[in-house]
Amino acid sequence: MAHASHMHSNAAHEAGHDGHHDLEELRKFGFWIFLITDCILFSALFATYLVLKDSTAGGPTGKEIFEMPGVIAETFILLTSSFTSGLAVLAMNAGSRKGLMGWLAVTVLLGACFIGLEITEFVKLVEEGHNISSSAFLSAFFTLVGTHGLHVTLGLFWITALIIQLSRHGITPVTQRKVHITSLYWHFLDAVWIFVFTIVYLMGVM
Amino acid sequence: MLDKIKEFASWFFVTGDPLIYGADIAIALTTAAIIFVLTYFKKWKWLWREWLTTVDHKRVGIMYIIASLLMLFRGGVDALLMRTQLAFPDMQFLSPEHYNQVFTTHGVIMILFMAMPLMFGLFNIAVPLQIGARDVAFPFLNSLSFWLFFMGAMLFNMSFVIGGSADAGWLSYPPLSEMTGSPGVGQDFYIWGIQISGIGSLMTGINFIVTIVKMRAPGMTWSKIPMFTWSVLSSCITIIIAFPVLTVTLALLFLDRYLGAHFFTMDGGGNAMMYVNLIWMWGHPEVYIVVLPAFGIYSEIVSTFSKKRLFGYGSMVFAMMSISLMSYFTWLHHFFTMGSGANVNTFFAITTMIIAIPTGVKIFNWLFTMYRGRLTFSTPMLWSIAFIPCFVVGGMTGVMLSVAPADFQFHNSYFLIAHFHQVLIGGVAFGYFAGLYYWWPKMFGFKLNETLGKWAFWIWNIGFYVCFMPQYFVGLDGMTRRVSTYSWDTGWWGLNFTSTIGGFLMGIGFLFQVWQIAHSIKFMEKDTTGDPWNGRTLEWSIPSPAPLYNFATTPQVTERDDWWEEKERIAAGKAPKPQPVLEPIHMPKNSAIPFIQSVCWFAVGFGLVFHWLWIAIPGLLGVGITMLAHSFNYDTDYYIPVDEIIRTEEAARRSV
Ligand code: HEM
Ligand SMILES: [Cu+2]
Repeated sequence: MAHASHMHSNAAHEAGHDGHHDLEELRKFGFWIFLITDCILFSALFATYLVLKDSTAGGPTGKEIFEMPGVIAETFILLTSSFTSGLAVLAMNAGSRKGLMGWLAVTVLLGACFIGLEITEFVKLVEEGHNISSSAFLSAFFTLVGTHGLHVTLGLFWITALIIQLSRHGITPVTQRKVHITSLYWHFLDAVWIFVFTIVYLMGVM
Repeated sequence: MLDKIKEFASWFFVTGDPLIYGADIAIALTTAAIIFVLTYFKKWKWLWREWLTTVDHKRVGIMYIIASLLMLFRGGVDALLMRTQLAFPDMQFLSPEHYNQVFTTHGVIMILFMAMPLMFGLFNIAVPLQIGARDVAFPFLNSLSFWLFFMGAMLFNMSFVIGGSADAGWLSYPPLSEMTGSPGVGQDFYIWGIQISGIGSLMTGINFIVTIVKMRAPGMTWSKIPMFTWSVLSSCITIIIAFPVLTVTLALLFLDRYLGAHFFTMDGGGNAMMYVNLIWMWGHPEVYIVVLPAFGIYSEIVSTFSKKRLFGYGSMVFAMMSISLMSYFTWLHHFFTMGSGANVNTFFAITTMIIAIPTGVKIFNWLFTMYRGRLTFSTPMLWSIAFIPCFVVGGMTGVMLSVAPADFQFHNSYFLIAHFHQVLIGGVAFGYFAGLYYWWPKMFGFKLNETLGKWAFWIWNIGFYVCFMPQYFVGLDGMTRRVSTYSWDTGWWGLNFTSTIGGFLMGIGFLFQVWQIAHSIKFMEKDTTGDPWNGRTLEWSIPSPAPLYNFATTPQVTERDDWWEEKERIAAGKAPKPQPVLEPIHMPKNSAIPFIQSVCWFAVGFGLVFHWLWIAIPGLLGVGITMLAHSFNYDTDYYIPVDEIIRTEEAARRSV
């Protein structure tokens, strides 16, 4: 039954007669608007960070605690993962399910490395006694960077779920749209990270 | 052991006030009654299938409206409690602490849990029908939005009997709302109640933008979109800009309270002023979010009941769009007195005054639409007309407040209270009432009784002026807001007492509306035409209540006010538009996930309020699992076959 109705809706897509032939398009458009809202959310966090970045309440400044080699490695890994998610889309467009799933898996792995490094960085800071309640600066730092990390983590679950779905259903209009959306999301997180890198870390150590 | 339980209960439940015990009993009795009725009439399955899991935008809309009317009742009772206290300042009817809680919950409930859902209800009822669509863009998400709102509202309301309510005002400024100022759980109920429902609002904003941009019937170009739909679009644009800021603000406040962060605290380098900026960056647009759709409703109603095209369509659209964007640049007028400096104050005073211009344009457009029209004064029209003087006075006092130096005088006085109630009640509540009366037949297939409606209308209106006009004067006389008592030598008693009488009159007006609904259900005037008001837009071209699939065939739009023009053509003896042949209709399937996921969110909120991770973490897991379950579900739609459409349409026509 499930399958039959699905077939029907695909046939209808081709015929384009039921007023819903652009369902997948709608979802992509909706996702773009969601990204706008997410942009505003991050803007509010960046603004907060900029207001509070010098309010260290006698505690350490960014210059004293940021360790650039780790951060540069994180940046490099995330940028690469953005690239591999692009390769996944290319593989999909070429019709290669194996290539698609493979590149998505690589993307997930790289994302996981990124999160691993970030967690290590946070744990180290906390062990040194610099936590979210140490100063307004650190509150803003952990919240901004942590929110980005949370987004990446969600993305990891999402892409993993998508890989499983691809292995079950193959490349269909639905999975195709999902791949497009997750890759858009992933590039977006990459762009946000570039701002984090510049505004938080680079400006912090300069 | 028993002692432990007793100790826990006396901390967990709010005790010691007859009002609270009354509420406890009322809640217990109502719950028992609902369970009994559902069980006795074997309605559980019906409730689950037809309502809790529905993704039909019309049903979602009806649920929004029911919930918001309940919240209007609760917020209204709060208002009357406050007014009673102020009429008898010596009686100690409400203690000062209790008064603080009541004005806080009143403000939050009225704006977030009454006005917003009533607005979303009307979006859901009218927008897809007006643009000739089968549904909203994301029906599943729509149902999720509703349930998130509902669970958020319930969480917030619960604080009255469990744990204690927030008392730091409807915007909860720190340091009052920090742990130091509010060590209880009330503030956390505030944060999570609003946060959860706010996520729902944000998703509704996205949903309706996509619906309006992408799902209009063929031929409905930008210049043919009905005015209410335009107003919804402008409101939703404001929602997607403003609500993410609210999400951030509440999250930061929560981190301060829960993890001891220092965003807004007095120590640790925090900056309380930043909270005030952030919250008003949402708060000011919020008032335009709720008023823009009311403008759209007035436009529909005024042209329908004048039997004329709306005057100045283009300028109306332009005015709404510019308000929706400009509203983002006026937030600071809410704290002229907080030392931002003269230049900053001047900038925001000017932006605030500029925004009054498009609003004025709209009022003239409505007046010109009525001018030389064939007017009929049905209840929707009455509410729309009553809005005009109300909004003019409210708008003018608003401009008075926007003059930064003058605001140093009016700030925090009853003058302000009178002003914003005048715009919120006269502009927003009256508008939604008008819309509710207008679209009621489309929702339920019968009209509301006009005689009782007119009684309700007049009592509300007289009550309104009796209540709020005296407040301008008592404000100029120096009475500040948020005071629960005053001494006799201030000379404020007469004005306050009068104001309270007005408040109760509005309460009676509300009772008349309840009576009107009950009476009309019993002796309904069935709407057999589908077009009881001789309407102009597409929603009136289909039977009432609208069938599940809305339009049997997708309408082809050729004019603005397409349905009206079609009727004119037919009256002039021309052939009606040819109807395309019927085809199977693609529909979304019901889903239990939105409801279940929202219950999980409720658990997250509740757990975090009490710092009980053993509730919050399973809740969060539930949220994640339901999300995955939805993602893995590929069986989400079905087709209504042609013979079923024919049967439904014939049944509808037979009742015609
Ligand atoms: C229906 C009749 C209403 C009456 C009699 C009424 C009365 C009151 C009173 C007495 C206060 C407290 C003033 C003070 O001491 O500071 C108040 C505050 C407030 N009301 Fe209403 N109200 C009504 C309807 C509404 C509606 C429809 C809305 C919004 C849509 C609303 C929004 C608010 C807000 C935001 C506050 C400020 C709360 C705060 O100070 O934190 N009210 N109202
Ligand atoms: Cu404002």
